[in-house]
Amino acid sequence: MKQLLLSVALALVTVHLHNDAFAPPTITIHAGDTVRWINDDDDAHTVTATDGSFDSKGIDTNGSWSHTFVKPGTYKYFCELHPFMKGTIVVKDVHS
Amino acid sequence: MRRGDFLEHVAWTGSGIAYALGGAGIFTGRALADAPATTTFVQISDSHIGFHQPANPDVAATLKASVDAINAMAVQPKFVVHTGDITHLSSAQQFDDARAILSQLRAPLIALPGEHDVLGNDFKPYKTNFGIKDAEDGGWASWDEGGIHYVVLLNVFNFEKMGLMGNDQLAWLKKDLQMQYQQTPIVVFTHVPLYALYPQWGWTTQDGAQALSLLSSFDHVTILNGHIHQVVTHVEGNIHFASANATAYPQPEPGKAPNPGPLALPHDQLLHVIGYRTVQLSTGSATVEDHPLG
Repeated sequence: MKQLLLSVALALVTVHLHNDAFAPPTITIHAGDTVRWINDDDDAHTVTATDGSFDSKGIDTNGSWSHTFVKPGTYKYFCELHPFMKGTIVVKDVHS
Repeated sequence: MRRGDFLEHVAWTGSGIAYALGGAGIFTGRALADAPATTTFVQISDSHIGFHQPANPDVAATLKASVDAINAMAVQPKFVVHTGDITHLSSAQQFDDARAILSQLRAPLIALPGEHDVLGNDFKPYKTNFGIKDAEDGGWASWDEGGIHYVVLLNVFNFEKMGLMGNDQLAWLKKDLQMQYQQTPIVVFTHVPLYALYPQWGWTTQDGAQALSLLSSFDHVTILNGHIHQVVTHVEGNIHFASANATAYPQPEPGKAPNPGPLALPHDQLLHVIGYRTVQLSTGSATVEDHPLG
């Protein structure tokens, strides 16, 4: 059991902030994985959870911000500066 | 009482009579109600101090140019209002840099926060640097000057819901307006447009209609905002809206681009679409004049 857990590779998944949108808007990861958001736009953006569980604050042009998702669940997020930008992270259990 | 003292006294107490000294040294007076009371103030907006992209690599310089142009006005405005997005990312350095430039204004400054100034829903850095004197705890404010009632409304919090003012602010506004005469000219400052200018890009205030309904019973209402980095005017009944140019960079016209990101123009063209605005109010009517930097 212990060995099985250790054999699970933790992934780093990238989401781009591009043309005032999250690309891709929805991703599915496993608990323990890290998501890295990279801002390709000339404007600043934020990655802000609807439930308040994470908030990047301002990510400047060419800047990035990472967050590790520990608990399984569906996390909806948006950009505080451009509320029409919406994204979803689906975090599955490690064993699923 | 010497004549000089008497004049000073009248001016100081604001007793409602305007006096002019005639050529022969004779006092003439008339009631203020009949006088063409004119007030001029200046609006600037969206300076985005800290922004360093092709749309404007030096936003500090264009804010400084706006301040210099305002300071050069022969008759200084009653005040200068900044309708928000003073900084790009709410950082301490950006607030410091903005204050260093804006503190050079000769006229008093009234500055509203934009959503860029309260990132992380943190009101404190703005409040410490630019908070409006005698504002309510939530940051909104009103005051009377020269027969005009001025109101500052904040619609940059809860931005997920498209700039919600919230019930506390709306209840305060209702009470504030109940004390005004229908004929009193009302001037409202906000950051985000109070009406649905272009909701697809977040250019709206979700509960703005409630504020507009409270304002709709007044004879003369002028609402000036920023946020959209371009001049757009609009009329609803007795309410006149005018969005202002930025001092930083323009944004596309509503729907004329895939997204509202900064519009990069050659420098000489940039100067044609950024700058400051003078607003002249006389007996209820507002004259808005936009002054580009180039």
